[in-house]
Formats: sequence, C-alpha cells, structure tokens
Amino acid sequence: MMLSERAREEIIKTAERFPERRTALLPALRLAQDEQGYLSSQVLVEVAAIFELTPAEVEAVASFYTMLKRRPTGKHLIQVCTNLPCALSGAGELLDHLKARLGIGVGETTPDGLFTLETVECLGSCGTAPVVQIDEDYHENLSAEAIEAVLARLAGG
Amino acid sequence: MGEKIVLRYTDDPEQSDIATYIRKGGYQALARALKELSPEAVVDLVKRSGLRGRGGAGFPTGLKWSFIPKDPALPRYLCCNADEGEPGTFKDREIMEKDPHELIEGIILSSYAIGAHLAVIYIRGEFAYAARQLEKAIRQATAKGYLGRNILGSGYDLDVAVYRGAGAYICGEETALLESLEGYRGQPRLKPPFPATAGLYRKPTVINNVETLANVPYIVLNGPEAFAAIGTSRSPGTKVFCLSGHVKRPGNYELPMGTPLREIIFEHGGGVRDGKQLKAIIPGGPSTPTFTAAHLDVNMDFESVAAAGSMLGSGAVMVMDETACMVWAALRLTEFFRHESCGKCTPCREGTYWMVRLLGRIEAGQGQDGDIELLLDICDNMAGKCFCPFGDAAIAPVQGTVKHFREEYQGHIRRGGCWRHETTGGRLPTTDQGPRVTPGA
Repeated sequence: MMLSERAREEIIKTAERFPERRTALLPALRLAQDEQGYLSSQVLVEVAAIFELTPAEVEAVASFYTMLKRRPTGKHLIQVCTNLPCALSGAGELLDHLKARLGIGVGETTPDGLFTLETVECLGSCGTAPVVQIDEDYHENLSAEAIEAVLARLAGG
Repeated sequence: MGEKIVLRYTDDPEQSDIATYIRKGGYQALARALKELSPEAVVDLVKRSGLRGRGGAGFPTGLKWSFIPKDPALPRYLCCNADEGEPGTFKDREIMEKDPHELIEGIILSSYAIGAHLAVIYIRGEFAYAARQLEKAIRQATAKGYLGRNILGSGYDLDVAVYRGAGAYICGEETALLESLEGYRGQPRLKPPFPATAGLYRKPTVINNVETLANVPYIVLNGPEAFAAIGTSRSPGTKVFCLSGHVKRPGNYELPMGTPLREIIFEHGGGVRDGKQLKAIIPGGPSTPTFTAAHLDVNMDFESVAAAGSMLGSGAVMVMDETACMVWAALRLTEFFRHESCGKCTPCREGTYWMVRLLGRIEAGQGQDGDIELLLDICDNMAGKCFCPFGDAAIAPVQGTVKHFREEYQGHIRRGGCWRHETTGGRLPTTDQGPRVTPGA
C-alpha cells in the first residue's frame, strides 16, 4: 500500500514549518502508521525518499520508539499499564483477567484479528489507576466490570 | 489549603476555553510584559522569584534563561518538555488537559524573555487528548492575537508547535529530547556543549518543564515577591505532588514547597487504604531513593528531601502499605528502567539488564547468598559512570529498598521466595471513583 497523496502533502507541510526538514520524520512515521496500521518496509522506503534518507536511517528511528509498530496489530490495541502505581492498584490481576478472557498472551492477537494485548510502562494516569489504553483512549479507574463493558462495546462495533 | 498557582482553576470544566481563561485574568501577564517589560526585565522577575525547574532537577529557571547568548542575530528556541513519563507523575497532563492556556501564556512569556520566535512543545505520544487541548488553545490564542505575528501590536512574533513523541521515556532527558525533535533516535548528547549554547539545530535553546512554564504568568502578573512568599526560602512557590499507590484519595495536590510528607499522605490523601500500615514511600518518582514510615516528617522541598537522603524529583509520591513486597516493587521499577534504557552506554544497558535478572531470581525463590552484594556492586558500577542521569536514576529502586529493607531481601533468599505474590490479594481492581475515559480522538 502506498502513502496517500494527502499524507505526503501533510508531511511536506510539517517539514517546511521547522528550520530543518528532518524534524518532520517522526510525525511522518506516525502519519504513515495511522494510515496503514503499521510501518511496512515499503512505507519506510517511501518515507526515506521524501526526506532523502536511506531506508536504514529511517528504520533506525522507527525501531527506537515503542509506539511505532513494524508489524500489524489487531483492530484494537489494548495496552495495560503494569508500572508500580497501577500494579499496586490491581493491574496484574486485570492483565490476568484480560489474558484469560481473550485467550491470548501479551504480545499476541486474537484469532479474529480484533484485539492485540500488550503491557506498557507508565501512561501518566497514576492518580486514576489502574489504566488501560485502548487505541488512543485512556480507560481509567478500571474495574473488571468496566473493562468487560468496554470489550463488549468494541467487539460489537 | 493555601495559595495555588498552576492548578488554581483546574476544577472548572470550562477553564480550557480561552474566554474563561481571559475572564479569570488570563493573558494579562502577557499584555503587561509586552507593553511594559523588556525581555531582560522578564528574566529578572523570574530570577528574583527563585523559581526552580519542576521537571526533577530543580535548576533555577531565570539563571538557565540568562545563559542564552545575547547576540540577537542568533536564532534561539524554547522547548517545553511535556514528555511526562516518570512513573507516578501525572501533573503536566492535568495542566495541559484542563488549563492549556496557562501553559501557552507561560511559553509566550518565556519565549519573549529569551528572544525565541519558535517554541516547541514536545509531548509524549500517548497524551492524545492533552495534545488536542493544546492545539485548540494555540488556535484560540492565535485568533485573539496572542500568538503569531506582531503579538498585541508589540512587534514580537512567535510560532508554537505541538510535537508528539512516540514512546520513549529517555526523551524526557533534555538532550535526548532534542535528538528526537531533530528526527533521530532519542539518545542523549554529550554535555558540554549545553543546550543554552548548542541545543536544537545546534542553536541556543532553553528546555523547561510544563509545570515550570505554567508558573511564569503568575510571577509576571503578581510579582516575584508574591511567588517567593509561598514555600521555603530556597524552594519558593508551590509544587504539584502526584499522590498514587495505596492511599485513599490519590491525585494531584498543589501545595506549598516544604509541605510535610505526613500532611500530603494523611491530610490530603486521606491516609493508607483499608486500614493498613504504611510501609514505604517513593518521594519523587522511581528515580529517587525509597523512604519509610520513619520519614513522614520530612518536608517536601528540594533541600529537605536531599538532606533526608532522597530527592524531590518530579513530586511523584508513591505510597505502599504493609502488603507490598519491596523486592517485587524494586523488580517492577527496575524492569521499567531496563525497558527504557536507550542502549547508548554500556553500564546502563547491561546494568539494568543484570539487576532485573538478579531481582527476578530473588523474587522467584532462586536467590543465592551474595546476590544482595552483587546487586549493590552493579549499582556501584553504574553510579556516576553512565552517559546521562538515567543511569543514576535506574539504581535508586535497588539502593533505596536494600538500604531500608535488607532483611526482606535476606528473607527471600533464606526462605526461597516471596512472602506474598499479589499486592491486592489476587482481587481484581475495584475503585469507588467509577471508571473514567479520556478520549484520544
């Protein structure tokens, strides 16, 4: 899949806003991922061409940041914070519940391709722990019932 | 409750709208500064206020600004460090989500003070809602003439950009942040040169934390004396303490610098949950050594916390009750540091890895005599020997817990395992506050 024309224009606009074009590389990778779900080798080559970089230089950047995915994920990405404040508030038990409920381990995707389960480090929601980020939404003060309701809604939609 | 500054209006759901912000006196500091004060005078006000960086290091803000070379022909930049990632810290997020104009006004004033015409807010990638709130605030401020060309007819121009990170704790380290902003892997740079002389695009750059910048409008509007009247003489102003863990009322509490830990945990946080006993406190995020119940009378300001053997850090106060295992807690936090080590220097990359291996085997019941000494030896081989401050931070969980809870480590090795595997007794979480959703898009 090629990058859309709209994405290319957006990348060039961002590049022109800053004194050095390469500042737009990270936004470009985020944009490519938003459009395609993950960063394929092909899209890295395309992005590299826009910035007149080698694909290896772009790969070096893409592989550094945990939010940039080099492999496809499920339709919904479930990220359970397991850092200390969440862990003190039951995140470990919540993670076990999700593993059992979805029948997958951390880093795996359900066979229907709907959910990928991951653990993450602190999401900055420690006053409303435990927190699970699903796609871009934060679900805070989570209880077992609340996460069930969210999963049911996502599976239905 | 005393004087509040940065979270003064965050209870108002309309506060993020510019009309509400202006009605409560917002952008008056900017109007005053552009009309009456030279950039040097703004630097001087902030210097006299005694404001110190709220990101963790506590460096005097006005002094930092004064390191920027005077040559007006040289481009210079302001970077707002909004890469809030220190576990237990969630104050900058609240400021950005609920009172984004306060930060924007602080950024405009600070940029004016150092003569910058481009300011970049580097916000952690996960904070989608906060980034959207900032974008909206920037659009509103631009429409009202507080941003853009010829601000309020003063001839001063400023462009503010929101730049979203992509998941890397190390980008909160100021030179790693600059690398990331320039489109590279977020690995720290060697200092010197310091950012004040060679920062973003190798030009003079000031990097300040969100909470630091959000204090600036108050200082300009009310004067440095009003600010300095709050808190202690060497740590003036307020501090947002992020209270989390086993307390009844976790959350952000903005209190005068020097507020005793006991007051924060018991008076504001309601004390320890479920009638349990307090066991350990991490006073300023996992980069700061652990305290015990014996430290409750420590005053939370830069000097007092340092004198008691830890650091104020980001003000992330994490509370653990008697059910929390200290080896488990140290393991969890050291796993975090291993995950976030950027891999640039050997002591940090290898040290965090081996500390996790050792802690993991002690916790799993395979600890051996000498493991505690080996852990401390790794700490010794990292302390002061890593490329950036991350290495010194990464040893705090092990050093702090071994110092105060060595017998718990010994017990694990002697008995062959942890005395408790679940911190919530295996119960699924239940909260009285009810679920909350912060929509990303």
